Amino acid sequence: MNHLLRGHAPITDERWAEIDEEARERLTTALGARKLVDFDGPKGWQYSATNLGRVEPVAEAPIDGLEAAQRRVLPLSELRAPFKISRRELADGDRGAADVDFDDLDEAAMRIARAENVAVLHGWAQASIAGVTEATTHAVVKLGGAFEDYPNHVAKAVQLLLKSGIEGPYAIALGSDAYTGVVETTEHGGYPLLDHLRKILEGPVVWTPGVTGAVVVSLRGGDFLFESGQDLSIGYSHHDADDVHLYIEESFSFRVATPEAAVSLQP
Amino acid sequence: MGFDQYHEPPEELSQQTRTFARMCTSLTEEAEAIGWYEQRMSVEADPEAVAIMADAQGEEFKHFAMDLEFLLRRTPKWREIAEGVLFQGGDIVEHGEAAEAGAGGGDGADAGPTSDTAGSLGIGSLKGAGR
Repeated sequence: MNHLLRGHAPITDERWAEIDEEARERLTTALGARKLVDFDGPKGWQYSATNLGRVEPVAEAPIDGLEAAQRRVLPLSELRAPFKISRRELADGDRGAADVDFDDLDEAAMRIARAENVAVLHGWAQASIAGVTEATTHAVVKLGGAFEDYPNHVAKAVQLLLKSGIEGPYAIALGSDAYTGVVETTEHGGYPLLDHLRKILEGPVVWTPGVTGAVVVSLRGGDFLFESGQDLSIGYSHHDADDVHLYIEESFSFRVATPEAAVSLQP
Repeated sequence: MGFDQYHEPPEELSQQTRTFARMCTSLTEEAEAIGWYEQRMSVEADPEAVAIMADAQGEEFKHFAMDLEFLLRRTPKWREIAEGVLFQGGDIVEHGEAAEAGAGGGDGADAGPTSDTAGSLGIGSLKGAGR
């Protein structure tokens, strides 16, 4: 058993499989930022820092006549989303119930997915993570209110990337409201806006809960680096007579290698 | 079609385990196809035919790699051992023994291929996904 202590939970193998599958489905859908960046790992729970390949000078060496430097690293940060499952529901699942209540798990999955999306795209200062929209060197493209205007905005963002020598394909991350608006909108002649955006980008339109405005990025690779220590996992906290308390957890770092490979679009 | 990828009665297997078994079967078939093309190319005299076979074998390499990656993502212990063996220089057997010894979960007696006892959901990279 590892640090997740799953073996201590009063949960059968079948229910564990169901819990894992439920979480996997929810997370895979909502982890929008992860659909845009390079993923390295998982490197394990004990992996603690990303090598930045840089040093800082140290003013004094232990004795005279030496030059000293210290390696710079980016520490991995941990995110944990607690949730609980009713023991009565689990028991019903063991009896064959097909509709076990995983609402709290679903909310926890959405919470941690949103947090990852925000950290990657907008940054997480307390964890020394500079997000994509913070790092970009391009001016913000103004997003008009009308969804019909999105092709113009996206084309402008793509043009900025091309002018900087950033090759495609490209993708766009949209928050929940903007994504819904894009999916529901058709242009003159009934052409779906979603398809038009995909054509401009030569890549996907990605639902990214938590993102503010929109972000256009290159998918060519090597620009946005997500390093995973422990990938999203479910662990056991404790249980009482009514509920089993679990959590979803991950450790990661994120850094932008090419600031000019993204454009932020904001209202 | 046959259902001989199942070693146990399918109705007693979870959906997750059935998917796992199907992907294991796919992996085996891709490896077989790679071997068949290798044999055909070695006896084929027409260079144009050989070029087509080589192209087809390349497809099988890709399929094999995708199948393997899927299975490794869903099976943390397998992934851990594979990471200690694949793309390393030096003695393959030594790497294999070391990777097996260092893999989590002890001897694996309680860790079936899809039980995910390590707890990872095996999500990994999702790059390029989306609509």
